[in-house]
Amino acid sequence: MHENFDFSVTDRILADHKCAQQLIIAILQDIQEHYRYLPREVFPYLAEKLDMSEARIYSVATFYENFSLEPKGKYVIKICDGTACHVRHSLPILERFRQELGLSENKHTTDDLNFTVETVSCLGACGLAPVIMVNDDVYSAMTPEKASELIKKLKEELANA
Amino acid sequence: MANKEFITVDGIPVPIEGEANLLEVIRKAGIKLPTFCYHSELSVYGACRMCMVENEWGGLDAACSTPPRAGMKIKTNTERLRRYRRNILELIIANHCNDCTTCKNNLRCKLQDLAMRYNIDGVRFPNTSGNARPKDESSDSISMDPSKCILCGDCVRVCHEVQNVGAIDFAFRGSKMSISTAFGKPLAESPCVGCGQCVAICPTGALVVKNHITPVWKAVDNPELKTTVQIAPAVRVAVGKELGVRDGENVMGKIVAALRLMGFDEVYDTSLSADLTVMEESAEFLERLEKGENLPLITSCCPGWIKYCENKHPELLSNVSSCKSPMQMFAALLKDRAKKNGEKMFHVAIMPCTAKKSEATREEFATDGCPDVDAVITTNGLIRMIKESGIMFDDLEPEAVDMPFGTISGAGVIFGVTGGVTEAVLRRVAATKTRAALLSVANKGQRGMEGIKEFDLEYGEKTLRIAVVSGLANAEKVIKRVKSGEHFDFIEVMACPGGCINGAGQPYIMHEERCERVKGLYEADRLLSVRCSDDNPVISELYENVIGDRAHELLHVHYKKK
Ligand code: SF4
Ligand code: SF4
Ligand code: FES
Ligand code: FES
Repeated sequence: MHENFDFSVTDRILADHKCAQQLIIAILQDIQEHYRYLPREVFPYLAEKLDMSEARIYSVATFYENFSLEPKGKYVIKICDGTACHVRHSLPILERFRQELGLSENKHTTDDLNFTVETVSCLGACGLAPVIMVNDDVYSAMTPEKASELIKKLKEELANA
Repeated sequence: MANKEFITVDGIPVPIEGEANLLEVIRKAGIKLPTFCYHSELSVYGACRMCMVENEWGGLDAACSTPPRAGMKIKTNTERLRRYRRNILELIIANHCNDCTTCKNNLRCKLQDLAMRYNIDGVRFPNTSGNARPKDESSDSISMDPSKCILCGDCVRVCHEVQNVGAIDFAFRGSKMSISTAFGKPLAESPCVGCGQCVAICPTGALVVKNHITPVWKAVDNPELKTTVQIAPAVRVAVGKELGVRDGENVMGKIVAALRLMGFDEVYDTSLSADLTVMEESAEFLERLEKGENLPLITSCCPGWIKYCENKHPELLSNVSSCKSPMQMFAALLKDRAKKNGEKMFHVAIMPCTAKKSEATREEFATDGCPDVDAVITTNGLIRMIKESGIMFDDLEPEAVDMPFGTISGAGVIFGVTGGVTEAVLRRVAATKTRAALLSVANKGQRGMEGIKEFDLEYGEKTLRIAVVSGLANAEKVIKRVKSGEHFDFIEVMACPGGCINGAGQPYIMHEERCERVKGLYEADRLLSVRCSDDNPVISELYENVIGDRAHELLHVHYKKK
């Protein structure tokens, strides 16, 4: 197995869930919360500890949109492109974010692992459309200009951190 | 009986007799509903929707996943259902690579069959199979072509539920869904053991057995090569149907004749080397019993099991018998003789098994860098070669195999069925070999198609605990008990349910039809004059003149922890 990978976080999460196979989704969620994605190394490890196949864990991880197998940025920006947001021009906002950060449809995360930009279908806040989320914070009635300002602000936060 | 409960199927009352689902009840009415994803030995998945029936209110139910209830009135063949089934088939075909003529599963394909049954003569949707992932040819045993996969999930459930391997599963969802190993790794890098049970159950050509026929023809045509071939026990009772004889009939003599006609120089019976396995394994067993170490002894003839043990239970490898499989023993003897005589030999093994293809490529089984077995052909492969040669199989006069390995024992023949190895060893270690003694050995509990059979055997002062398992998920159950401290002395493991007769290289038969092949093998055993391996004169001859003190080199192997 991977000698260089520290499994102590995984061990703690497994213990929290009593190593129960049927809690695989919760286990993956916690792992993702810690690493901001699902590191490949944990799959064979989980398979052994939970006595289930690696292919099945991979199956769960690829079934749910929320799980990511790629490392994500510190700030995960989710731009809603559900119907309500779409008709209120969510796409130009998405475009602006990508432009500001040098990202595209195929590249979601900046190389410095600071930002990830992705789309979601309806955040359930259609009245505030167009809506975006940055990690757990919601920003309503967005515009491309507000998007640029937000990026500026977030970059400052990073610089001061 | 007055209190029986009934279902009305197309107007005919059919009794409910404990069936778990409508589909089984409907089968009793003589109606075979179309199915892709239902198999009685697997969990119910209910995804393909081919088995839909119409209930009395005009609603549609999937018969495979609907429990039967008394008084149900269902129809199985209405215009609506036919239209529905055609729609599903068209959608599947639109997502399927339709190169039937070059597909290895041509004429054995359930999709072809149902497309024919439901009069599909055109598809209204554009074909999208080009978007599928590329083929996976990495395994020595099987290949996978996602462009032919209809996502029935049968392979996933077999690999998981019957074999406890879980090499493959669904990945992604919606239109991106596919069958995949973890991270889409090549099968050869997955825990796949090459048992081929997924291939046997796949309704299409998405999973097929690797084909090694071309190099065999080349070798046969090459005048400088001596071609030798060995035929495994289970093959003789399974070529049946496809060649115009009854499934289960022992046609060994015809197979020998066919192989000679094709041009093989020497034809042998793997039952002979199975006798050697019995001799070596019995000796090993008695020695371990005496010393009380490395018990239980676990059999080693099944390469699917060996791979599984290496992957999941490497600490048990010291319990696994050090005997090579009969195939590899025979190959070692033949290649040894060829070397001595300075001959160039190409050795072919005809096997019921797909895992044997991988076994033959293992480095442990190569001499001077050359594999002892040059090519493994499955039973299905043999059938193809016979057809390709234009041989009229049912007209062939049976012939005997070649000397000096001509005499086989019944013990070697029954290796092809679960419990066979155990019975052969019991015959070997039995104190007396009268007819009565052999009959009593036959009834100890090793026979039958159950996945786990256990029994006690009085042996001298001792009582031996013996288990016979087939299907790796069953093996796993017994291994878990061994690990938790339960005592066993001898465990026979075969990866395929029911043993080699149901190997994935054999023509596929339904779960329910397996007993004919079993009967065929036990009958072959009864009709042989030599029933015990140690009574086989060829075996003593071999020990004296060929093997001598080289048993270790020729007949044994040590699988190392990786
Ligand atoms: S060959 Fe056997 S182990 Fe490999 S994927 Fe198929 S069922 Fe699983
Ligand atoms: S590979 Fe075959 S058995 Fe597996 S899901 Fe696809 S069609 Fe079904
Ligand atoms: S569509 Fe964007 S929040 Fe509902
Ligand atoms: S056989 Fe019933 S849904 Fe597939």
